[in-house]
Amino acid sequence: MGLNLPLKRRPGPADEPGGAADPATADAIAAASQWRLIWLRFRRHKLAMGSLAVVCVMALIGLFCEFVAPTTPGEYSAEHTHAPPQALHFVDTSGGGLDLGFYVYGYDSTRDQETLAREYTVDESEKVELGFFVEGTPYEMWGVIPADTHLFGPENPEDRMYLLGADRNGRDMLSRIVYGTRVSLSIGLVGVALAFVLGVVLGGASGYFGGRVDTAIQRVIEFTMSIPTIPLWMGLSAAVPREWGPLTTYFAITVILSLIGWTDLARVVRGRFLSLREEDFVLAARLDGCSRSRIIGRHMLPSFTSHIVASLTLAIPLMILAESALSFLGLGLQPPVVSWGVLMQEAQNIHSIAGAPWTLLPGVAVTVAVLALNFVGDGIRDSADPYQ
Amino acid sequence: MRALLIRRFIYMVPTLFAISLVSFLIIQLPPGNYITTYVAELSARGQSVDQTQIRALEERYGLNDPVFVQYLRWIGGIVMNGDFGQSFLYQREVSTLIWDRIGISVALALATIVVSWGLAIPIGIYSAVRQHSVGDYVFTFIGFIGLATPNFMLALIFVWIAFAYFGESMGGIVSPEFADSAWNLGKVLDVVSNLWMPVLIIGTAGTAVLIRVLRANLLDELRKPYVTTARAKGLPEWRVILKYPVRMALSPFISTVGWVLPTIVGGEVMVSIVLSLDTTGPLLLQALRNQDMYLAGAFILVLGALTLIGTLISDLLLAWWDPRIRHAQAEEA
Amino acid sequence: MATGTDPDVVLEVRGLRTRFRTDHGEVPAVNGVDLTIRRGRTLCVVGESGCGKSVTARSILQLVEPPGRITGGQVLLHPDSRAPADGAPAAAGADAAPADRPLDLAALKPKGKEIRRVRGRDIAMIFQEPMASLSLVHRVGNQIGESIRVHNPVSKKEAREISVGLLGQVGIPNPERLIDVYPFQLSGGMRQRVMIAMALSCEPRMLIADEPTTALDVTTQAQILDLLADLQRRRGMAMLFITHDMGVVAEIADDVAVMYLGNVVEHGSVDEVFHAPKHPYTRALLDSIPRMGGPRRDRLPAIRGTVPDPSTRPTGCVFRDRCDAAMPGLCDTVDPPPIDVGNGRLVRCLLYGGAEGRSPDPQAGTAGDDPRPASPSGKEAADVDAN
Repeated sequence: MGLNLPLKRRPGPADEPGGAADPATADAIAAASQWRLIWLRFRRHKLAMGSLAVVCVMALIGLFCEFVAPTTPGEYSAEHTHAPPQALHFVDTSGGGLDLGFYVYGYDSTRDQETLAREYTVDESEKVELGFFVEGTPYEMWGVIPADTHLFGPENPEDRMYLLGADRNGRDMLSRIVYGTRVSLSIGLVGVALAFVLGVVLGGASGYFGGRVDTAIQRVIEFTMSIPTIPLWMGLSAAVPREWGPLTTYFAITVILSLIGWTDLARVVRGRFLSLREEDFVLAARLDGCSRSRIIGRHMLPSFTSHIVASLTLAIPLMILAESALSFLGLGLQPPVVSWGVLMQEAQNIHSIAGAPWTLLPGVAVTVAVLALNFVGDGIRDSADPYQ
Repeated sequence: MRALLIRRFIYMVPTLFAISLVSFLIIQLPPGNYITTYVAELSARGQSVDQTQIRALEERYGLNDPVFVQYLRWIGGIVMNGDFGQSFLYQREVSTLIWDRIGISVALALATIVVSWGLAIPIGIYSAVRQHSVGDYVFTFIGFIGLATPNFMLALIFVWIAFAYFGESMGGIVSPEFADSAWNLGKVLDVVSNLWMPVLIIGTAGTAVLIRVLRANLLDELRKPYVTTARAKGLPEWRVILKYPVRMALSPFISTVGWVLPTIVGGEVMVSIVLSLDTTGPLLLQALRNQDMYLAGAFILVLGALTLIGTLISDLLLAWWDPRIRHAQAEEA
Repeated sequence: MATGTDPDVVLEVRGLRTRFRTDHGEVPAVNGVDLTIRRGRTLCVVGESGCGKSVTARSILQLVEPPGRITGGQVLLHPDSRAPADGAPAAAGADAAPADRPLDLAALKPKGKEIRRVRGRDIAMIFQEPMASLSLVHRVGNQIGESIRVHNPVSKKEAREISVGLLGQVGIPNPERLIDVYPFQLSGGMRQRVMIAMALSCEPRMLIADEPTTALDVTTQAQILDLLADLQRRRGMAMLFITHDMGVVAEIADDVAVMYLGNVVEHGSVDEVFHAPKHPYTRALLDSIPRMGGPRRDRLPAIRGTVPDPSTRPTGCVFRDRCDAAMPGLCDTVDPPPIDVGNGRLVRCLLYGGAEGRSPDPQAGTAGDDPRPASPSGKEAADVDAN
């Protein structure tokens, strides 16, 4: 598990936006809004920009997973249990020359007489032609619109394609990971949204009222942070009844994750509130006779929304990690719901990993998503600091 | 210092009380209890269940009393006699079940802290002093990967590699040949040799965080005027850095121990489950799955209390390390 | 220009250039500065914030941090004329620079042994913010003792005794007790005294004081200035005093160097510079000081415009855009060289020469008579310094 600590990267002079050097951009900067400024600075972080692209692609995959996945996550095939990943071919040399193509080779499978495990070899004589926008397994887009067009897949719906291999029931890992994207990312988003409400309300109240309210809320935060999260999460999710439906479980798990995740946000909000209250510009606004609501809304909020956005972005990966850990243990989401953590349940014992290492791939998806979100969050935090 | 210590201990009481409430809540939260699970299991196997037997069991464990009575009895037993109740699953005293396991868990957590500090301090200093160097980028990259990879995933990869290259399945802290022998040098060495991998896996994320914290703090401190003062005295560069900015940068670093500890305990649980080590993790998971709630509650209570003590130690360490904090607290007291 | 044979010269800065590398190329912060610091005398470097005075001071001891670096010029530390010929103190090893030749500090490695031997021992430095310049987590005695022990082979106990004596000398009451406190337990003035004690611990020949009184309140400021002046008189130290405050200059300086955008524009004794300022910038600076008992004016004159960004230095004279005496066609093309106007005074202004063979624009012919601003229009008072 990662911790989200309030680090402040100290800019070197080399990082300073040198608006003054170029008069044209200097004017543009002088007139730009706060968010535009943040965006201008954010664009300079190449890693953060690249990660933002990764996050956007993942979000699109999650949004349109039924269309992106070559098949449906439940589609199984007894002949393809633990089939290894296939290599994509773009150049066809079988005709003697170099022809452009888009295909994978089929499998030859034999059954080991002793272990009864299937063993696969590539059958170069069998070519599975692939194409874009092909007809395949029917599905319902967002659970409502019936369709059967997939972004890509075998031209012949009877053929099978396992670019990332198959699980023990011969289900396509690629399709399952693509479907898992929707659940895993959305649980992060929804969890953070809930944590955000809790964090802003309680952190704001703590910072705004101060005094006893502050002390009480601080105690609760300290307490929540001092309990080892994993055992607590485990205990709470074990309390979710098995007979609840997938959607109810989903929300129950999200609520449990955010119950513990709100503390960080509350600390950030309270800290900003307290330090801003002492700032000279707030004092100036007060002396100018601004009303309380105007001071908060017009002067204080704009100067820390960017920090909150950064904290939110950094909280999402923590939620994703927590969900995958819980589901991996069998205490979180349950099959047939497909999340990256649920998929990792397949990789629980050494024999399945040794026989089919590609069952670890959902974990790679977790790592990529968490890395990308972390870089984006760091980028926002760096860009949001007006004093760089 | 003593006043501070006493005050801190007094502060711990309400927190401990809250932890016990949460633990008990976890015991009570699931609909039904161990008896219903047990009955369901029996009838699933096609055995008939005697109603009087159920009632007798419920009577014995006081499951029909009001919740607060059950809580008082539970917490009273713990405080008075160290009695954590009975494990339904194992039909044994919870306290006999957990202490061994907790001992190994604590050893693992301590070893992890030592190892991650041993790695994080030199690497963090190097990364900050040689900012933008190749080494800095390499460490930052590794750190980010470590931070973003769930540690159960790391454990799985390790298990896979060990299996693929050494043809053995890793697991257990005490090797089978030492399982029943008394503690001797051989057994200790055996445990140490089995321990280093879990320690590294549990410590990855924590180490990555610590490196980032130290690097960021030190970069802040390196630009402070007092560093220039130290240079202007004519001190050698390494001494300037180690005596002044590193000393300052370690202050917030020490205060992170309190936060890192719960993470390490959690990571330990996860990794132990994957590597099937004989620590709290697998037993806790087992207890939660079977609604063996006294066992589960006891684990959460003890792990929480231990974490609290760890946080207290880190606070005291900080007061010892940073005179400003020591003096501020002395004035408060 | 002083020569190497003048026995009173402690340090000579010749054509010093320090640049900062940024995303937009190299920015010169110090652009060819010449200074001469003599034994027993105080040279004040004065100028607005951002003029490069602090960077100059730090460049002398190679304390400029990356991305800044010295790109040219010399910083010559002259041998100690008071010491016997062979008499480098014990701490300086046999491989020290020959005692009869000046040592070029700018040519030394910033982290090398040679420059470290100079720091604290020959030249010590005190800084603007005593709070931030002392380590808050080390006891006062530890920090002073350390600077003694790094250059002198004394025991911890001896270093402690010397430290107590030093604290007494800088006017700290009850030094035996206060040597064991942490700097955060002291007031700002006390902290600055600790800094001074630390700087004096190895009896340096020269003290660089980088705005040592800016962060202090006015009463404390006066006390610290008195203390510095007194210590300097007693020890015969050379002192380089960086400030933006003309009042401080008047109180403590023997000589003044006025800096503007990385250049010394005027250099001379304090009386001459104050009573007969030559450079238009110096005049403007002096005019912007409020005076008691002077003619009542509604507004204080201020220098119009702001200091240009060092990365976009104008061609020719760097002050021409804000100068009322600017000569079009001349000041924007010729970089004024230092002109010796007698008594060792140097002025970098084409009004005093340096543009021979080129004729100024006819309109600007009268400018030399009274280059003072007729009507103040700028917003920035020169001595309002945000530092």
